[in-house]
Amino acid sequence: MTADGSAVALGPENWGPGSTPDPLSGKHGLVGAQVSRLDGPLKVRGAARFAAEVPMEGMVYAALVYSTIAKGRIATLDTSAAQDAPGVVLVMTHENAPRLNPAPTFLAAAKGGAGDNLPVMQDDRIYWNGQPIAVVLAETHEQAGHAASLLRATYAPEDAVTSWHEATARGTEQGSFAGSPLGLQIGDAEAALAAAPYKIDATYHSPRHNHNAIELHAATLAWDGDELILHDTTQGVQHTAFTLAEVFGVREDQVHVSSPYVGGGFGGKGMWQHHILAAAAARLAGRPVRIMLSREGVYRVIGGRSATEQRLAIGAQADGRFDALIHTGTAIKTAHNFLPEPFIFPTMCLYGAGSITLDVQVAEMDMLANTFMRAPGEAVGTFALESAIDELAGQLGLDPVELRIRNEPESDPTSGKPFSERHLVEAYRTGAEWFGWDQRNPRPRARREGEWLVGLGTATATYPYHRMPGGAARITLSQNGHARVEIAAHEMGMGTATAQSQVAAERLGLPLDQVTFAYGESSFPGAVLAGGSQQTASIGSSVIAAQRELVGELLKLAGDDSPLAGLGPDDVGAVDGGLAGLADGGGWESYTEILGRAGLDEVSAEASAPPPVEAENWSMHSYGALFCEVRVSAVTGEIRVSRFLGSFDCGRIINGKTAASQFRGGIIMGLGLALMEETLFDERTGRVMNPSLADYHVPVHLDVPEIDVMWTDIPDPHAPMGARGIGEIGITGVGAAVANAVYNATGTRVRDLPITLDKLL
Amino acid sequence: MTISINGSAEEPPDDPRVSLLDYLREHLGLPGTKKGCDQGACGACTVLADGERILSCLALAVQYDGRSITTIEGLATNGSLHPLQRAFIEDDGFQCGYCTPGQICSAVGMADEVQRGVPSHVTADLSAETIELSHDELRERMSGNLCRCGAHNGIVAAITQTYARPAPTEGAAR
Repeated sequence: MTADGSAVALGPENWGPGSTPDPLSGKHGLVGAQVSRLDGPLKVRGAARFAAEVPMEGMVYAALVYSTIAKGRIATLDTSAAQDAPGVVLVMTHENAPRLNPAPTFLAAAKGGAGDNLPVMQDDRIYWNGQPIAVVLAETHEQAGHAASLLRATYAPEDAVTSWHEATARGTEQGSFAGSPLGLQIGDAEAALAAAPYKIDATYHSPRHNHNAIELHAATLAWDGDELILHDTTQGVQHTAFTLAEVFGVREDQVHVSSPYVGGGFGGKGMWQHHILAAAAARLAGRPVRIMLSREGVYRVIGGRSATEQRLAIGAQADGRFDALIHTGTAIKTAHNFLPEPFIFPTMCLYGAGSITLDVQVAEMDMLANTFMRAPGEAVGTFALESAIDELAGQLGLDPVELRIRNEPESDPTSGKPFSERHLVEAYRTGAEWFGWDQRNPRPRARREGEWLVGLGTATATYPYHRMPGGAARITLSQNGHARVEIAAHEMGMGTATAQSQVAAERLGLPLDQVTFAYGESSFPGAVLAGGSQQTASIGSSVIAAQRELVGELLKLAGDDSPLAGLGPDDVGAVDGGLAGLADGGGWESYTEILGRAGLDEVSAEASAPPPVEAENWSMHSYGALFCEVRVSAVTGEIRVSRFLGSFDCGRIINGKTAASQFRGGIIMGLGLALMEETLFDERTGRVMNPSLADYHVPVHLDVPEIDVMWTDIPDPHAPMGARGIGEIGITGVGAAVANAVYNATGTRVRDLPITLDKLL
Repeated sequence: MTISINGSAEEPPDDPRVSLLDYLREHLGLPGTKKGCDQGACGACTVLADGERILSCLALAVQYDGRSITTIEGLATNGSLHPLQRAFIEDDGFQCGYCTPGQICSAVGMADEVQRGVPSHVTADLSAETIELSHDELRERMSGNLCRCGAHNGIVAAITQTYARPAPTEGAAR
């Protein structure tokens, strides 16, 4: 039964102008409840089966060998010792690998999943330092690893571009993102900057990052004729199925991708060469294959976030109003992928200004293709933007919260669209009060406790609402009153399965335990990427569409003898395990009775979500106000984050428990970005130098304070459930909040991530 | 020669190169113990050897002949979850669930170390008879178990709820 007992009308048929909000967005029952994760009992017992844990009869183990040059050709490749090693089943190199079609690349094709468009082991060419040059299959993991160590390769190296200086010196061009140029001009921002009485004009750097999901990339797979069965850990089951089908020249429905559990993704669990290599080797050997990359292998084969150099300039009047806002700079990518780090994104929506110039220039390097990592663009773009605002506030003698409020735009500052909902100022006010922001001394280095300098900082978080095309869902309702929702979506810890079970139960008028939310199978409807913080909206709109179909079918089945006779889908709502007329005195009939009278065990309906037109009509973004307290040792420069608060405005929150974890998780990854994370790239050789969790530092328990999170919970009328998505916003703004607190504590402004102690001494 | 795994006597592997981690996952069909780095940096593979927490990726299975290993699969008794497992669910001490078995096994071993008075890097009085499992003691002692989803607050809450008397949390800076 729904909590307040009233019937829930069906969700809207479309999301364009004139559409009505989702009735669930204002409903307080299961939606909004703090439900513990439904997969919790499995996960705490270690009983959730991840990709490398699915048994297969006759399976062999794969090990990879990686190139040690950045560009050139393989001159010789001696595989004889490896071939002769105990247990070896196959050594696959470019000389015996099957011929493969090019892989459709992410963002270059609708369901493209590959990290780059390079040929995979098709010739002797080397494109990056760490590229796989051989796959060894053996009966055991130990045998495969040993045999791989016996391969001997020599190379004919060619000149490679592996330094920032050389790459940018060769010329840059404006980047584009999904077909749109990464740049715009409103007015003459340079002239306005020159004329402004107050200004900041500084350069900020962010390094390479790796996702470092704790689960290593892995797959267990087998061919059955032309059918490929793949147990994967992926953020895109449909994208992986489509891409592998293209590569191997089979039909999409012949590739069966299962990924019920994903041990962390953050953008890194896309499709990379190990998928193709393992499937090709399995085909060649005629045996099922398990591949699990080593931690070093993840750094060699799976792309990370690329480095940026950003100029951020603001010209302002004495009252703080911005006359000029300039955010430009350079990002690095390869010639073989399509993902320049779009660091200007936060500046497109956050502040009004008399003139605005935005531009992302792209330089190309011979390296492993970069990819998206949690909040691509916003995570590092907010570091520059929100640091600069803090610097300007200091110059103006204004509180940085007040400076932000004075530059709140009436409508989207670059698109001109009205905001769907925007309550950033409210988030700031409640957050500041809860945190005790009024305790901040605006004078740097003013507060000291023993050897510790204490400082407070603030910054804005933001991430856009996305709903990608391709959403679809199937609902199957059984006569016993149980509903099964199927959709090719993903659960990698976001709480999707739990939150969407709550939504489906509330929408269908069923108790939580009468709903199964099934996901993570490429055979299910929809192509719902776990990316862009869009799953909540995509699944929501797909289930709304499927429910409309289902209810139409049920009303037909109900017939003239039903209390619902004569009613259409928009006349009824779901409640108490059945449908009820919405008008006063409208009848009610249970799903069980409707199906029973029709003599059916179950009824099933499938539908596609309507096109995502909402973001074409409104500026839809989530926002947050972040507050941070740091303690910096005046002796060693050691930085400890002692308090953190995130006050968010993301529309409706569906599950307060899992949402709080999403926010905190993003913030903690942001603490890593602020203080320690950096993929060290040898500019002489193009090789990653710290490919391990011992040398690439992520926050550990002692680095993480209690993190307070709060939210406005104001529904967005143009988003399914009123929810705008929360997966990525947590990491945004954190780098600046920490940097601003470090400045307040020490008087030292660090514009170069990560903020390590050497930069404070 | 046998190794006791969750109370069941098992033959050690023939190949002496097999790590205890791979022995559990690939030979015994006990994949609850997770591989996150295979080089002792992440803690996902933590199991209990005669009650003490060890990194099973840095242990060769044949070294544990005659020893008793408890994995995440062996923590529940008679089908009933260990109190710490229940607390992890209640306090949302995980997101993806991959580091979780290691966090839980590590916390069980860690609580025993505190009980025995084993000091840590943040213990002020190394000669103290008893050590209180404070917020900082707990976080320091669990810092060998990485979590990338960022469930740290929930993990600490779950361990505190299970093993520590309620105490005010001190400042995060040590």
